[in-house]
Amino acid sequence: MVARLARGDTLSIAQLTEHTLVTRQAVTRHLEVLADAGLVRGTRRGREHLWQLEPARLALARRSLDQISAWWDEKLAALKRAVEDEAG
Amino acid sequence: MDTTTADRIQKEIVLKAPRSRVWKAISDPLEFGTWFKVDMSGVKFEAGKPVQAKMTYPGYEGMPFEMVIDRIEPERLFSFRWHPYGIDPTYDYSAEPMTLVEFELEGLPEGTKVTVTESGFDEIPLARRAEAFRMNSEGWAAQLRNIEAHVAGAS
Repeated sequence: MVARLARGDTLSIAQLTEHTLVTRQAVTRHLEVLADAGLVRGTRRGREHLWQLEPARLALARRSLDQISAWWDEKLAALKRAVEDEAG
Repeated sequence: MDTTTADRIQKEIVLKAPRSRVWKAISDPLEFGTWFKVDMSGVKFEAGKPVQAKMTYPGYEGMPFEMVIDRIEPERLFSFRWHPYGIDPTYDYSAEPMTLVEFELEGLPEGTKVTVTESGFDEIPLARRAEAFRMNSEGWAAQLRNIEAHVAGAS
């Protein structure tokens, strides 16, 4: 579902569920969870609910992990200095 | 080898020191605090017990540091839970789930392999992570430069 939205399209629930075995209710619930996390955005057009990705938010979430990853690199380098300096 | 997925970060490093030495640096509170930048005076690490201390990280000195010790298996495994990026003094993290950090040690002919795994990010609200990142990215970058300068000056 995210892959289809990732093409940049704005899609309705009907479009998101076609060719899948997932129910509309399940897709709606999933989209609401993603919306709470700030990863997708829903808008109304008439009676239809349309959904699109928040790419900036997704990239930010990804970068936060990269940042924590870089932080661990620094910690492990500090550990390395702590145990190797006194040996050598 | 490093592996990062949406839910976990895993890092490996080989240290040219015996396993007993590496174990002490990780499992002794004062030694842990030295390289992790936390004031651990008076702290004991006991499985299942929370630890409350103060950060000594440049720019975050005196800020509360909390973790809950998970498992202590001598010279093999040390693990704890904490709130990653829990450094905004105005935010109450206590209601959020914690991530699990595991240090695994393995003896090698040339030294000791340490594997660090932090997992459970799926349970951390993405929005909060994103906010934390935005607030702190500049700060962290500056801190890392401070540490580099400090180490370069000391050696």
